[in-house]
Amino acid sequence: MIVRISGEDQYRLADSDSARLNELENAVVAIVDGGREDGFADAYDALLDYVRARGERVGDEEIETSDLILPPPDLTFAEAGREFTGEGLIPD
Amino acid sequence: MAGLTGRMSTVVKAKVSKLLDRAEDPAETLDYSYQKQVEQLQNVKKGIADVVTAKKRLQMQESTLKQSVVKLDTQARQALSGGQEDLARQALERKNVAQTELQGLDTQVAELEEQQQKLTDSEQKLRAKIESFRTKKEVIKAQYSAAEAQVRISEAATGVGEQMADVGLAMQRAVDKTENMKARADAVSELEAAGTFDDITALGSGEDDIDRQLKSLSSQSAVDDDLAKMRAEIGAGDGGGAAPAGEIAAPGEPTPSETAVPAEATQAPPTEGGTAGGEAGGQS
Repeated sequence: MIVRISGEDQYRLADSDSARLNELENAVVAIVDGGREDGFADAYDALLDYVRARGERVGDEEIETSDLILPPPDLTFAEAGREFTGEGLIPD
Repeated sequence: MAGLTGRMSTVVKAKVSKLLDRAEDPAETLDYSYQKQVEQLQNVKKGIADVVTAKKRLQMQESTLKQSVVKLDTQARQALSGGQEDLARQALERKNVAQTELQGLDTQVAELEEQQQKLTDSEQKLRAKIESFRTKKEVIKAQYSAAEAQVRISEAATGVGEQMADVGLAMQRAVDKTENMKARADAVSELEAAGTFDDITALGSGEDDIDRQLKSLSSQSAVDDDLAKMRAEIGAGDGGGAAPAGEIAAPGEPTPSETAVPAEATQAPPTEGGTAGGEAGGQS
């Protein structure tokens, strides 16, 4: 499975990593939904760090479509909120 | 399947796909996108240069403020020595304001410095990404014109398209950041230039109005502390200058000769010299 961290790189992860990845992502979404800004940065970093640690960077010469695309590492809490309510990083 | 259902990544991916669906002619889209990326990179570079300029302006304001802190301190000292406590207090109040502004500027400059570094790093990364995109798009274009309607190509094109969208997004964020940084620096700079800054350094003109403003800004107790400290320093300095004897007999530490020679000492020359002279006279 290929995961892209926007603005960073693509990473190749084992399919078996997807469950944990999903957990971490849902934790971020729950924090954003709950309006808990305090925990946001840590939770988001945990998700990205998991991808970086478990994944192998996809080389520049490879052309791959990602299975997952995560927002950029410097995503702010406010941006995350907008992202999930439709007004996202990439305008519609 | 339990995986790949994350709401966040799903939203992002859906948007990227949507963006790509609009592309009709892949070759043209890729070229246009590359061209735009190169333009954006120029914007990022220009943005960094603007941030650097803004930072330099703040640093110049910083050094002017530092000079006026020194100047006001000297003025306060002079005023106090001349017995003009009110004037000294005024100068110290202004010095206080200048120091507070200086601290704020320090923070701003440090932040700009940090952002500048980050932006420079990301500019380098973006440049590498654009270069890699350029190579990939050529591969796709070659495949596309060789066998136009093949499905596999569209899959590869999607990969490049995704990267195209990603580089575009990263670029946009970098440009936005430089603009933000510059706007913030400019705002601080303008505030400094238009604010009380000139008044602070101009001691003696338009005092009433300025005084009221300054008093509300500066902490009175800090000024009092400064004044007390300064008074003590000046006091100690005056004592040393007026009475050189203070060096020989520090207050509270009477020398043996002083205790040995009581009230009569007023008529006699300085104790040590007097004793020596007396002995010499007796011998001759």
